[in-house]
Amino acid sequence: MELIKIATAGSVDDGKSTLIGRLLYETGALKSDQVQHIEDKSAARGFEYLDLSLATDGLLTEREQGITIDVSHIFFSTPKRRFIIADSPGHVEYTRNMVTGSSTAQASIILIDARKGMIEQTKRHFFITQLLGIKHIIFAINKMDLVDYKQKVYEEIKATLSDLVDKHGNKDVSYHYIPLSALYNDNVVNHSKKLAWYEGAALLDLMDAIPLENNKANDGVFQIQYVIRPKQEAFHDYRGFAGNVRTGGFSVGDAISIHPSGRKTLIKKIEKYGIAVDRVSAGENATLLLMDEIDASRGDSILNKRANINKGKSISATFCWMQDNPLTPGNKYWLQQGVQRSLVKVQSVRSKIDLEALEQSQTNQLGLNDIGIAALALAQPLFTKPYKENPSLGSFILIDTQTFNTAGVGFIETT
Amino acid sequence: MTILKQLEEESIYIIREVAGQFNNPCLLFSGGKDSITLLHLAQKAFAPASIPFPLVHIDTGHNFPETIALRDKLVAKHGLRLIVGSVQNDIDAGNVVEEKGRHASRNSLQTTTLLNTIEENKFDACMGGARRDEEKARAKERVFSVRDDFGQWNEKLQRPELFDMLNGLIHNGENVRVFPISNWTELDVWYYIRQENLEIPSIYYAHKREIFKRDNQWMPVSDYVKVAEKDERKHTSVRFRTVGDMSCTAAVLSEATELDNIIAEIGGSNFSERGARMDDKRSEGAMEERKKVGYF
Repeated sequence: MELIKIATAGSVDDGKSTLIGRLLYETGALKSDQVQHIEDKSAARGFEYLDLSLATDGLLTEREQGITIDVSHIFFSTPKRRFIIADSPGHVEYTRNMVTGSSTAQASIILIDARKGMIEQTKRHFFITQLLGIKHIIFAINKMDLVDYKQKVYEEIKATLSDLVDKHGNKDVSYHYIPLSALYNDNVVNHSKKLAWYEGAALLDLMDAIPLENNKANDGVFQIQYVIRPKQEAFHDYRGFAGNVRTGGFSVGDAISIHPSGRKTLIKKIEKYGIAVDRVSAGENATLLLMDEIDASRGDSILNKRANINKGKSISATFCWMQDNPLTPGNKYWLQQGVQRSLVKVQSVRSKIDLEALEQSQTNQLGLNDIGIAALALAQPLFTKPYKENPSLGSFILIDTQTFNTAGVGFIETT
Repeated sequence: MTILKQLEEESIYIIREVAGQFNNPCLLFSGGKDSITLLHLAQKAFAPASIPFPLVHIDTGHNFPETIALRDKLVAKHGLRLIVGSVQNDIDAGNVVEEKGRHASRNSLQTTTLLNTIEENKFDACMGGARRDEEKARAKERVFSVRDDFGQWNEKLQRPELFDMLNGLIHNGENVRVFPISNWTELDVWYYIRQENLEIPSIYYAHKREIFKRDNQWMPVSDYVKVAEKDERKHTSVRFRTVGDMSCTAAVLSEATELDNIIAEIGGSNFSERGARMDDKRSEGAMEERKKVGYF
């Protein structure tokens, strides 16, 4: 079994909740008491069909308004894969939710209402997938039942979307287009006879077939989360640096340097949960024991000798702003990259992207849900890579120093 | 990497973040399979040292005795620190009033005791074994969920969580609820219990017990519930799928005395896990309402 995270995006009434409810229902993820609940509610509201959107709209306020207002994590499985769907709402005021929901996704499904075709919001959804560097995009053209399953409608929408992709899409991404009806289960799980003219795979088959990739970056960077010092006689000299391999890998005997101190030594031993191992790689936790007694603490980085990364006190990044208080030159924030924090000051805000026209314009601040480019000055040097080359060294969050809220997310620009 | 390995790595990363970011964290321990899994993950995270935080048990006084026995055994075996918040004490002190009637349960009273225990001990982070697959309101829960001075959860004020970066900065008096096994499913927990050979309370395995029927569920007969004359009773082989209070946890008829049988049973079950929790069925948004006022 493999685990894959997929983000979904759509506008209000595109039928996103129904599609997810349909996937849950068809893969058997809904149990009989949950189905009973949906049947009862659907009947009580006088619907002629099962309102599968009831399966996912979790909060009372949402059910009252019939809309989704926060990122929801939904699970189901096929024999091949476990899916975690990050379902976020499509409204402009929820851009931050979509960025959040998509940040860990390996693929994205963008819903389009066949009656409306590509709308301004579709462009915003598309742009966010590009900003996040998501490698697999599925355009699901839903509600085909309401356009009599006409091929012409689908082809026209597909042509508009292809045009968008050609103009603004990353080249190393695979794009898929699929006509379906979530309500009537056409092309969701099985290829539908009503859409016989469509020759591609049904949605679930497509989701099962998306290739999974690992972070291939070679630069070995480890961040210390916690220093393990057992207060027991048997482990008197034990000093284990517990943390997470952000990128690359580490082996016993590797030459490393610790930062910010810059001290150099070798790796004496690598443990995973008390058991010795020879090597750990990106994404894994480990406890590193070093040859020399070197003082290091939480937030320090351990770098492999081979690591080729940028170290600097100023960075330029694309930001998605997530709080009401705007990103303004002169403001100070906590920057958190992985588990490491340092103070930063905003030097300049250069431009803002109009997500519907997909054009840049000059500005001097970024407000809630704005996406734009700004430059920061750092109190301490930070190890970075452009986001496109190495997502885990190229992304960070900014934290408001007054409220402590997560104020925004930054993606380091290619320099 | 297998799914279980991936989930284990993610959870241990989160647990180490808690120890790294907070001054005074704790692990909320109910004695159920999820908190036993969480405890085991925490022990792995800090090996060979012992875990750098205490366990906190909110004791309703209506627990299954088997759960308390295992709790005490684990505490003694691993030399853990245990803090018990007693709902009975809060009732005796007049801080809460016991529910009346045949559906009376102490489930909702736990919240007051939990919040008092957090305040008395000045905990700034409380880890719990809740999972997103349990209930719709929990599917929206963050890994780090900030609570205000009153322990309240406000779904509109939850911090966005990007990539694996966890922001645990808080003001004095606030605290964070942390859910390291958010992305696990019920079956993952069972597979992990089998893989790691973890001891769980005996009531998870099939055993003979006196039960009675209420609202189409089989409830255990105990001193804590009133069984009406007309309620159907029987003595038969059952097990429990979750471990809550004896007053609100329904049994399932089962002969599964081994982990393999339990896993087969759950894998093929047509009922959701919390379908056996009467406390969730009180109303459409029962879990959400309780979370807002500070429930687990």
